[in-house]
Amino acid sequence: MTNHKTAVVYVRLKDGVLDPQGVTIHKALTQMGYDDFTSVRTGRFFELEIKADSEDIDRKIDEVCSKLLANPVIETYTVEKR
Amino acid sequence: MKVGVVTFPGSNCDYDAYAAIKHVLGEEVEFLWHKSADLLGSDIVILPGGFSYGDYLRSGAIAKFSPIMEKVIAFAENGGLVMGICNGFQILTESGLLPGALMRNTHLRFSCKYVYVRVENNTTAFTRHLKQGEVLKIPIAHNEGNYYHFADEIKKLEAHGQVVFRYCTRDGEITPEANPNGSINNIAGICNREGNILGMMPHPERAVEHILGSADGLRLFESLRAVLASSGVSVEAQ
Repeated sequence: MTNHKTAVVYVRLKDGVLDPQGVTIHKALTQMGYDDFTSVRTGRFFELEIKADSEDIDRKIDEVCSKLLANPVIETYTVEKR
Repeated sequence: MKVGVVTFPGSNCDYDAYAAIKHVLGEEVEFLWHKSADLLGSDIVILPGGFSYGDYLRSGAIAKFSPIMEKVIAFAENGGLVMGICNGFQILTESGLLPGALMRNTHLRFSCKYVYVRVENNTTAFTRHLKQGEVLKIPIAHNEGNYYHFADEIKKLEAHGQVVFRYCTRDGEITPEANPNGSINNIAGICNREGNILGMMPHPERAVEHILGSADGLRLFESLRAVLASSGVSVEAQ
């Protein structure tokens, strides 16, 4: 059983992996006049709604993250439960 | 020689591969449906290009869990010949059959054009009848073809001769300008350590007749046929 209803998974590229989208967004911001930022990194997040009677959920979330939601070669993830 | 071409929902080069094998090469070929778990006795399995499962999440990420892939992974790990083209290459890296990852092209554009690639390893079954250093003209069509791995892993790949094709100029020079997607070391195709699994972003099945602009791609399939004919043995598809 779990008291948490939602797991929010944040997936981002590992440090050192080039993020061409982030680079392009950073350039756009600079061109718009916002020269306050040294870099931009993109990522994505997933909201997993957890069933009330779910068991062993931490382990399962970790599994789905490493098996599917993130590619461990290039990405890392963090989980925030609410 | 019997080739199996996997069709995932969203594959769109499966017919090109089928036609190249059947009508140009003149060999036996079958489609393998993603939901089936039967390789139908194939000597070689091709994972074709396209957008399997809509490329949702990441290219190739969902396809690795389909029933047919369970068989393909077992076949490949048993020494069976598996060739992943474009999205097929992405599926191979996502499945862990090949190292590394294919990331978004650095220029963020879908790139669809003829490129030149240099043969870097002609000891695999896919390239044995090509010359080392030979330049092939084969088209690419992808948005995520930017091969990436960590520096020490790239060193290992290079040391073991796992880089099979590299983007080059028409004269075979490896230059940044000849690199269409930002791949490390101009990598266009790699194999596993044993050499029975090949992944490549360029589409050899689209370059099998001169009327298409090049027939260089056919030579990979001819190489496979020659290797299978000479060895007389193949890994039994389960």
